[in-house]
Amino acid sequence: MLTSSLSQLGAALRSKKISSVELTQLYLKRIAALNPELNAYITVNEELSLQQARAADTQLALSHTHALTGIPIAQKDIFCAKGWRTTCGSKMLSNFIAPYDAHVIEQFNRAGAVNLGKTNMDEFAMGSSNETSFFGKVKNPWNRNSVPGGSSGGSAAAISARMCAAATGTDTGGSIRQPAALCGISGLKPTYGVISRYGMVAFASSLDQAGPMARSAEDLSLLLNAMAGFDARDSTSLQREPEDYTRNLNTPLNGLRIGLPKEFFTEGVHSDVANAIESAIAEYKKLGARIVDIHLPNSSLSVPVYYVLAPAEASSNLSRFDGVRYGYRASGYANLAEMYEKSRAQGFGAEVKRRIMIGTYVLSHGYYDAYYLQAQKIRRLIAQDFVEAFKQCDVIMGPTTPTTAFNLGEKNDDPVQMYLSDIYTIAVNLAGLPGMSIPAGFSNNGLPIGLQIIGNYFEEARMLNVAHQYQQVADWHTRSPQHIEV
Amino acid sequence: MHWEIVIGLEVHVQLSTCSKIFSGAPTAFGAEPNTQACAIDLALPGVLPMLNRGAVERAIKFGLSVGAHIAPRSVFSRKNYFYPDLPKGYQISQFDLPIVGQGSLTIQVPTGTNGQTYEKTVRITRAHLEEDAGKSLHEDIQGLTGIDLNRAGTPLLEIVSEPDMRSAAEAVSYARMLHTLVRWIGICDGNMQEGSFRCDANVSIRRPGKELGTRREIKNLNSFRFLQQAIEYEAQWQIDTLEGGGSIQQATVLFDTEKGETRSMRSKEDAQDYRYFPDPDLLPVVIDDEWIEQIRSSLPELPLSKQAHYTADFGLSAYDANTLTSSREMADFFEATLNEVPNEAKLCANWLMGDINASLNRQSLDITQCPISPRQLGCILKRIVDGTISSTAAKEVFKTLWSEGGEPDAIIDTKGLKQMSDTGAMEAMIEEIIASNPSQVAEYRNGKEKLFGFFAGLAMKASKGKANPAQMNEILKRKLAG
Repeated sequence: MLTSSLSQLGAALRSKKISSVELTQLYLKRIAALNPELNAYITVNEELSLQQARAADTQLALSHTHALTGIPIAQKDIFCAKGWRTTCGSKMLSNFIAPYDAHVIEQFNRAGAVNLGKTNMDEFAMGSSNETSFFGKVKNPWNRNSVPGGSSGGSAAAISARMCAAATGTDTGGSIRQPAALCGISGLKPTYGVISRYGMVAFASSLDQAGPMARSAEDLSLLLNAMAGFDARDSTSLQREPEDYTRNLNTPLNGLRIGLPKEFFTEGVHSDVANAIESAIAEYKKLGARIVDIHLPNSSLSVPVYYVLAPAEASSNLSRFDGVRYGYRASGYANLAEMYEKSRAQGFGAEVKRRIMIGTYVLSHGYYDAYYLQAQKIRRLIAQDFVEAFKQCDVIMGPTTPTTAFNLGEKNDDPVQMYLSDIYTIAVNLAGLPGMSIPAGFSNNGLPIGLQIIGNYFEEARMLNVAHQYQQVADWHTRSPQHIEV
Repeated sequence: MHWEIVIGLEVHVQLSTCSKIFSGAPTAFGAEPNTQACAIDLALPGVLPMLNRGAVERAIKFGLSVGAHIAPRSVFSRKNYFYPDLPKGYQISQFDLPIVGQGSLTIQVPTGTNGQTYEKTVRITRAHLEEDAGKSLHEDIQGLTGIDLNRAGTPLLEIVSEPDMRSAAEAVSYARMLHTLVRWIGICDGNMQEGSFRCDANVSIRRPGKELGTRREIKNLNSFRFLQQAIEYEAQWQIDTLEGGGSIQQATVLFDTEKGETRSMRSKEDAQDYRYFPDPDLLPVVIDDEWIEQIRSSLPELPLSKQAHYTADFGLSAYDANTLTSSREMADFFEATLNEVPNEAKLCANWLMGDINASLNRQSLDITQCPISPRQLGCILKRIVDGTISSTAAKEVFKTLWSEGGEPDAIIDTKGLKQMSDTGAMEAMIEEIIASNPSQVAEYRNGKEKLFGFFAGLAMKASKGKANPAQMNEILKRKLAG
């Protein structure tokens, strides 16, 4: 069961080979066994999960089913789920029980999926290694000394260690794709606006986008079918006809034009990563694709632009965590100002505070034009680069990250080095484009490597097709970490 | 050399939408604390704002009725500051791209002499949409502050004027006109006690013709009387300060309604950096011409246009026209009454502004609660015009109608208020008066014409008030002439 695809699990459930309760218990047992070491989950709630599993079994008995009915799915702890503690990886929300469901959670509930638990993440999704979580670091199942990536590191690790059938993530600058690459799984960040942000704790509103994380592109397409769709509660949600993201999976790739931006293949890329990406591209050529050299001249500005805009929005988004209505409040204070200061000083971790300060600074009177407005202008130029590029190609490919998973603690003292691990993923968020990462091999020391596929707006179905065809001829996505018994 | 007072107003108008500007929670006033605050108003993690189309529509209505440009694209920005009754830690407002651009409002300012006014046009700088904050309750819980978020997210239109007003009277006339207008076009209930219409006044003084002086902003004035008092006090304070050799520092002040004084709340140095930036959760508000035209065509005739109509076509004074258009209901009442007695606009105006208004005020009623309908008032006036009753009798009919109800004609009959129209009887009656007052008649005929009133009084008394005064005077004059 642990190696089954989502459609195989669905078939097993519908044919009563296994019940949802049994499947949920199987995963809960596995979590109980592996989580003390890997720390992929912040919250597990057996009672709530089994309650949903029982309801799913009733639906299955009545044959009122969706592709995901009865399947246990892990939810990143950034999504509010009614009755579930929703911490966003922060002490600030360590006592927060969400009184409502995020749109994404509603969609999974509607599909009859089981919420298996809330996965660990960098605090407020700010981080690339999962080390900023108040609930402790997550270990990479492929190497316990390595980071799983972040911020959706808990989801990536849980999938990789088979501690769930699939999971959700969110991606503001690479938070789905980077941990997917580092943990050897598949992850998709859709076009901005395809999945409602309602109920997803905001980091940087103009960049945040939820997405599915799973082992294969086929699984991703089933998850995306459930997650996508217009939601009036999110003004940036796009009103479009519903799509079946599985519809193109089996389309042959003859004539596919793959754009390779030279900016993604510089000396910063580790040779193991470069080799793996080259091999994957060679495989695509065999599948009928042809290569086009493209340029993304402004992409080198992505990291600085991102680290102006994302903190600016975050500094405002996180103002609501003030100790007044919910969340952490310091115990001793003499007056209102002190209550704010102490609650926020004690409730937020170092990286969150760093970004709040950067954001506050760039929005300040006298600096706004030089930083925020300037960054917005460059953001448009970066988006324009992609518009030009997609005139010549159907998808863009490159490494998801410059290196494989780095060691726990390695980049803790150097935020800029940490920020640079998202150098290839950030431009996609700035442009609002869909991007994904799929397993494309291993380094010499056995760590997973991710291939990034970037599509034009709303080209998710095409990207899933491109990824799925590769996964028909490559088996990287089926591999499991050596130390994890399956 | 005298000082010129310079005033600009920022008026917060609470828009009359059923639900809040960014959530579906109701806006009704007076509910139990925090019962009208949903997840969005509480700023729970993950919630997002949804713009209420009704609020945008009301802002457009306002813009059109002050002749302003409606921005085809306007933007919501976040105004960041911490306060316990501001749940998100920022207020969603509009900053550099407001929905309503420059417009103007023409007002009638009373001169102080009875019934005299002068006209003035005040320029409106802009009007923008924003959300209200909640309330901090300091009195209810001993030693603690309570937060009531019912008001959080209530839609406001902030209307900013140019510093065009030169006296408290002008500021009050402008505020009143604005108050009339927003109720007239149905975008605000105008309830000042409940905070639906609040004024901030920017006041400075200068020597005429010189540069503008440093202003102080008086916050949150929720009655016209306080607006007047606060500006007068503040202007005098500034004059005294400057004449005493002091200087004015830019500041925000509060008006203490009990002491009648303004006092400084915070100085410019304490001014916060609000770090405005476009709210990434909301798309720019795009308004096309079609929508604007649709709203324009739904607008009622505006007070200014009605005033012009009343003065030009009915011959009413500017003062009368202004009073009769103080609300749409008042104007409707007037027009409906006039419909009963065409060509008697002045008579209708006098009764409406006199007896009706006085009676309403006595009982704290507004025109919509008037126990006498326009048809009934029209009927009374018709009976005056056709000579059936005298003005004195009309007042009695009015009083009876007000307190007991009924129909004017029936009241006239039961009370026997019909005027005497039998000229024969009246002539006999007057002849009798002349016969029984020979000395006064002689004096009158010798030139003491003042005595006419004496005879008229006797005649009216003899008729028990039922004589038609015009008819009676005519007979009296003829008989006295001998």
